[in-house]
Amino acid sequence: MIQLKDVSYVYSPKTPFEKTALDHINLTIGDGEFIGVIGHTGSGKSTLIQHLNGLLRPTQGQVLLDGKDIWEEKKNLRQVRFQVGLVFQYPEYQLFEETVEKDIAFGPTNMGLSPDEIKHRVQRAMEMVELPASYLEHSPFDLSGGQKRRVAIAGVIAMEPRVLILDEPTAGLDPRGRDLILQMIAHYRKATGSTVLLVSHSMEDVARYCEKVLVMNQAKVFAFDPVEQVFSRWQELEQMGLDVPQITLLFQHLEQRGYHISSHKIYTVPYGAQKLLEYLNRPGGKGDTDAE
Amino acid sequence: MNHLISLSDVVFEYPREEAAPLRVLNHLDLTVEPREFLAVLGQNGSGKSTLAKLLNAILIPTGGNCTVCGFDTAQEENLYEIRSRVGMVFQNPDNQLVANVVEEDVAFALENMGIEPGEIRRRVDQALKQVEMYEFRMHAPHQLSGGQKQRIAIAGVLAMQPECIVLDEPTAMLDPRGRREVLATVRQLNQTKGTTVVLITHYMDEACQADRVVVMDHGQIAISGTPKEVFSQVNTIRSLGLDLPQVTELCWRLRQAGIPLPEGILTEPECLDAICSLLGGAAK
Amino acid sequence: MLNNFTFGQFFPGQSVIHRLDPRSKLVCTILYLVLLFVVNTWIGFALCAVYMAVVIAVSKIPVSNVLRGVKPILPIMAITALLNLFFIDGTRVVEWGFFHISWEGIVFAIKMIIRLSILIVGTSMLTYTTSPIALTDGMEKGLRPLQKIHLPVHEVTMMMSIALRFIPTLVEETNKIMSAQKARGADFESGGLIRRAKALVPILIPLFISAFRRAEELALAMECRCYRGGEGRTRLRQLSYHWQDGIAYLSMVLLFAVGVALNFLLPNI
Repeated sequence: MIQLKDVSYVYSPKTPFEKTALDHINLTIGDGEFIGVIGHTGSGKSTLIQHLNGLLRPTQGQVLLDGKDIWEEKKNLRQVRFQVGLVFQYPEYQLFEETVEKDIAFGPTNMGLSPDEIKHRVQRAMEMVELPASYLEHSPFDLSGGQKRRVAIAGVIAMEPRVLILDEPTAGLDPRGRDLILQMIAHYRKATGSTVLLVSHSMEDVARYCEKVLVMNQAKVFAFDPVEQVFSRWQELEQMGLDVPQITLLFQHLEQRGYHISSHKIYTVPYGAQKLLEYLNRPGGKGDTDAE
Repeated sequence: MNHLISLSDVVFEYPREEAAPLRVLNHLDLTVEPREFLAVLGQNGSGKSTLAKLLNAILIPTGGNCTVCGFDTAQEENLYEIRSRVGMVFQNPDNQLVANVVEEDVAFALENMGIEPGEIRRRVDQALKQVEMYEFRMHAPHQLSGGQKQRIAIAGVLAMQPECIVLDEPTAMLDPRGRREVLATVRQLNQTKGTTVVLITHYMDEACQADRVVVMDHGQIAISGTPKEVFSQVNTIRSLGLDLPQVTELCWRLRQAGIPLPEGILTEPECLDAICSLLGGAAK
Repeated sequence: MLNNFTFGQFFPGQSVIHRLDPRSKLVCTILYLVLLFVVNTWIGFALCAVYMAVVIAVSKIPVSNVLRGVKPILPIMAITALLNLFFIDGTRVVEWGFFHISWEGIVFAIKMIIRLSILIVGTSMLTYTTSPIALTDGMEKGLRPLQKIHLPVHEVTMMMSIALRFIPTLVEETNKIMSAQKARGADFESGGLIRRAKALVPILIPLFISAFRRAEELALAMECRCYRGGEGRTRLRQLSYHWQDGIAYLSMVLLFAVGVALNFLLPNI
């Protein structure tokens, strides 16, 4: 469990460039949650995730991992980073080793694990990111863009963190590459039961995969609730300049025109189609009007 | 001869060590008309970026013919003529800005072309106003957002007063706001100035705004037509690894279930109207 | 750790000094530096110092900033002064076994300190009041005559300006890569010198790869925008001299003449 207590963070304090990136944030992230983090550039979401593994130190307030302040003993910070894994945006740009195997082993080696254990972890991580073991001896720089990204993600997964945070893991990928990465993350979550935070610009992706949504706006938490509840505030989200899924908008507008198609919020296409069909076929729906 | 760009039977192969050359474009035929807004869709590896590079003579076809604004790109002496007529905007906004000040970056191409300073000033100001970045003319590139940087890159190309702008995935590295800004700029250019636009992308919502969409696959054109025509071919689009607008997919699913909805619905308002007229008086 | 890094340390302003043509500032600074090494009289040094004080006052750059620029050079100045103090022979003032300090040594050391500190202040005033871009512009135009003897002036200034353009980008990138490797448990803060040097590998390799990729893409983008080297190039910004530049040149030439003359007229003061 990670708790943020009254956390504020200010960039370049006491200079003309002073900027508050986090403004008195209170937040509890429970074990095993699958959270989508949205908010546009500059909303504070990148700053927030770097607080969760102690890369940034709050200007004010506390970050607690299992009730313990992570900054209490500075030498334990690395232990925190092994437990809270963070995959940065475009993580392929941080690859540096000669082989895929060595690069993935960087984290586990820093943890001081035995060579056998490291080997196992590298293999497991490769399986998780769905790369064949034959790639282990390749240079990471010879791989395709999508494969490089998987190797980089595997480098964090190999530390077997309890919490995995991914900052826009699909940035710059084409639709197929994006779907593969997202499915891989969903599968990883299912297989390990670990907490996953997925930072994304795409509300459609968040709606499809996550259970809860954390919306950041102007350095504050705007909402941290189950997906459905967050999407019911679609008008506010639109005003913030976030892209509400087309399908959600459609059903909201139908609602406004007096068609009560579903009592639940709709944010995926198959579900929307199903609800519309049910509506069309039920008594008083389209079927009836035809019969008249 | 009226075509602004004409590719006929174009083959492009990358040489490889210890293997047969990699064929990226496979007997491709394509023409672009003046004032057209063409979107080229396709997943990674479909050859769309290679196509973009042919249009500016960065790459020369290994087979077939590529003519741009009446110049054969294979002729070395045409290089400069082509590049001053076809502007290029790349994916990474950071790696295409040369100067330390916005206005000097916009002036870069004009300085290279040896245009007289008064005229440079006039064109730079005009281009910056066109992309709505005039207030930022004295900023340094690193003070700008990704979308703003891309608009500066577009302004730099505009200042050359090109006949055609080729944008190679200009929004791939941007956030939604940046993407909207860049796309609005491109559209506005095409509509008000009549500049021909070739937009390479893998975002279907961007392709929807073009006059014509070409979907590439394995170095060939798989589908071509208006956005409505192209996105009606739901199964093909999906098999090519591309997205559909959510409402298009919804209508397709409903049609599959026997609901009589029209084909080629791309936008949310269109879909809303179609469903409302379908539901008709059924409203509760 | 890289956040406080500022290149060239330019303090934007609207003073006359800021608005001078960069060529004037460049040439005057060079003359001033030469003068500092020619002058050998106390009154000459005083004149140079007064001149710089006037420049600082007019430029409205806070004196504290100017002095801060001298601080990092202090150890070097101290060493130079000490060496001069001990190794110049003359009328011995103190004698202590092998070591001795001469009167001439003391005088020379003091002059050296004065010389170096005015020199640092002088050159930093150039960068404080001239933006790096104006400076490269000034160099390209001001040094153009050197192109006649086949010095690649355009290429050098283009390189400088691109380097300036990419410094903030690369600093940001370095920070990002450092954070990413820290997130994988990299430790840059503990261990001896060798361990720390080794810890830099995971930062430097990605940084180099990215720099090369950027360079390649930038070169392509430049070519696409019709870049063909310096020949036949025009510039958006034209440098032009105004009457203020005339005053700057005049005052510097005057100072130079008086400084040199004093060496002959009043060599002992």
